[in-house]
Amino acid sequence: MSKDNEILEEFTSKEYEHGWSVDYETDEAPIGLNENIIRWISSKKEEPKWLLDWRLKAFEQWSKMEEPTWANVQYPKVDLQSLRFYSAPKQKSKPKSISDVDPELLKIYERLGISLNEQKRLQGVAVDVVLDSVSVGTTFKETLSKLGVIFCSFSEAVKEHPELVKKYLGSVVPATDNYYAALNAAVFSDGSFCYIPKGVRCPMELSTYFRINAANTGQFERTLIVAEDQSYVSYLEGCTAPQRDENQLHAAVVEIYAKENAEVKYSTVQNWYPGDKDGKGGIYNFVTKRGICAGDNSKISWTQVETGSAVTWKYPSCILKGNNSIGEFYSVAVTNNYQQADTGTKMIHIGKNTRSRIVSKGISAGKSQNSYRGQVQVMKRASNARNFSQCDSLLMGDKCGAHTFPYIDIQNSSAKVEHEATTSKIGEDQIFYCNQRGISSEDAVALIVNGYAKEVLNQLPMEFAVEAQKLLALTLEGSVG
Amino acid sequence: MLSIKNLHAAIEGSPILNGINLEIKPGEVHAIMGPNGSGKSTLASVLAGREEYEVTEGSVTFKGKDILELSPEDRAREGVFLAFQYPVEIPGVSSTNFLRTAVNQVREYRGESPLDAVKFLSLMKEKMKLVEIDQKLLSRALNEGFSGGEKKKNEIFQMAMLEPSLSILDETDSGLDIDALKVVANGVNQLKSKDNATIVVTHYQRLLDYIVPDYVHVLYKGKIVKSGTKELALELEAKGYDWIKDELSGATV
Repeated sequence: MSKDNEILEEFTSKEYEHGWSVDYETDEAPIGLNENIIRWISSKKEEPKWLLDWRLKAFEQWSKMEEPTWANVQYPKVDLQSLRFYSAPKQKSKPKSISDVDPELLKIYERLGISLNEQKRLQGVAVDVVLDSVSVGTTFKETLSKLGVIFCSFSEAVKEHPELVKKYLGSVVPATDNYYAALNAAVFSDGSFCYIPKGVRCPMELSTYFRINAANTGQFERTLIVAEDQSYVSYLEGCTAPQRDENQLHAAVVEIYAKENAEVKYSTVQNWYPGDKDGKGGIYNFVTKRGICAGDNSKISWTQVETGSAVTWKYPSCILKGNNSIGEFYSVAVTNNYQQADTGTKMIHIGKNTRSRIVSKGISAGKSQNSYRGQVQVMKRASNARNFSQCDSLLMGDKCGAHTFPYIDIQNSSAKVEHEATTSKIGEDQIFYCNQRGISSEDAVALIVNGYAKEVLNQLPMEFAVEAQKLLALTLEGSVG
Repeated sequence: MLSIKNLHAAIEGSPILNGINLEIKPGEVHAIMGPNGSGKSTLASVLAGREEYEVTEGSVTFKGKDILELSPEDRAREGVFLAFQYPVEIPGVSSTNFLRTAVNQVREYRGESPLDAVKFLSLMKEKMKLVEIDQKLLSRALNEGFSGGEKKKNEIFQMAMLEPSLSILDETDSGLDIDALKVVANGVNQLKSKDNATIVVTHYQRLLDYIVPDYVHVLYKGKIVKSGTKELALELEAKGYDWIKDELSGATV
């Protein structure tokens, strides 16, 4: 066996670092899915009637929909009737701020390396943490509210800012958009809400940290970001889950609404439990993420580092409605062992002079399958639209697969669309060259992979870029940290 | 410093080296010459520990250690440096970042503390002058889009940074014009000391005008068939390799 294969074989024997779970008292919905469960969730959250109606309508539509099968992934059908759709840690009273949150829950996040103590936090990052079905706390709320920035859990937003939620909820991803988005609309339990008022440049990174702890529970959260004219925000999402033998479902929805001259940067470092080296367990990550550049000169930029999940089905997209608006998608997707990822983006050019850029870097190792699926659509009115797509695949070993499915639909002859694709293998020559300079094989792989993904990693906020680099190396060492 | 005894090596079952014997002492420069396919580059690769080559017989001792037992990275950390004939490109990784990783892993092996960014950069500046390499080149991705000359200069720069006790230059002159050759040779000469040794593997005598060897060995069919001083190289240049072949076949008849 060649040497790089041996190194990769070694990698697969290591384990997931965040695989532990914690026992705490929970408040849970009965198992299964029906209209009563939806009413149960809605009443648990003391929701207004319009929201319950919205959920029920989504549920009705969803009941008529079929699970999509077009993605290049294979998994046994999820039995939704055996899942629990709501599970929340029991808290004695509702926390007003982070200091009221049960210290036991905060310890979970400390263990993940996320300190919610504002003094200890990295300067310049506010965080909302979601455990199973609910948000357990948000930091730096007061600092942000002085600027008029609203950053809170979705539930809180429904209570405190119902007019905003009502206006924008489902405005980018309609309740019945697709099977999983409709399911999410019916049963979503919490998530983050973020509103940046006109002319405000949000002074810190906003971030949501998702953690699934409970067994047999699906996580269905929604994130809604609204950026008013001339505003700016950079948002980061991180995720981990315990190591469990059964598969768990995560079906989230993210909506971004950007108005005139607004800019939203959304970065994800996804590290859900990927299953063990034999492909047992792991998260099914079926997520709908979409942003609309509604105003002229607006910009939405998605950056994702996807290292976890057993199956990923995810296409962060941009609707470029405003003239001169810009959509960007930067992605690194790593798959190892038996992981499957079908991920990419959609860029829908509607406004004039709209521009989009897609940089996708897939890395496949072990027996995994990694697919890029992207759609570039230029509508009739979108004169002078431009797109540049670059899809690179890096293969490690000879048992994995890389696939590219680009779709292009052009209805305006002034459009300029470019697509570049490469496939390469980490060579024994490269590893030997590093070895000969005194660098171990593991570090050589890390160095080479980080070099390959550099263009994407550079898009991440500084602190997270460093984390992501380490994560990439660890994923490929098999320990998926 | 280096003692090669009766070294036999094969690739995919076919023998390439058929009993090499060579002794190298600190401060010496040895040139290994020979016609194409004689095993020159194989010898360099075997010393560096490339996996494809199987050592079937013999021993190699470096500073008292059996280096055939060591992994390629440990050989490097012990002080063996190979300047590649075809340096490898690593996209997205700057030479600076690459070298910092290398230097610090070597230091760690030797029980030294890692160099911080400031100390590392000042070491780089010092060595850059030695081999006349441009800072801009070092901030670019390693060897990516480098010209032949730039790649070879970068090899010598890496050698300067890692301060090996044994440097093996594998056809470093190939693909170089005369100006680049002078710069590279000058770098090698600057790095020479009484404590380190150099093996220059080359096909042509040209490089030896600039890096003057103490000994010249002629490799033919996997064996050293003739050894001498620098005059031997000149003789080879003048007469070609055929007279050695003839001499050998004559001797065996």
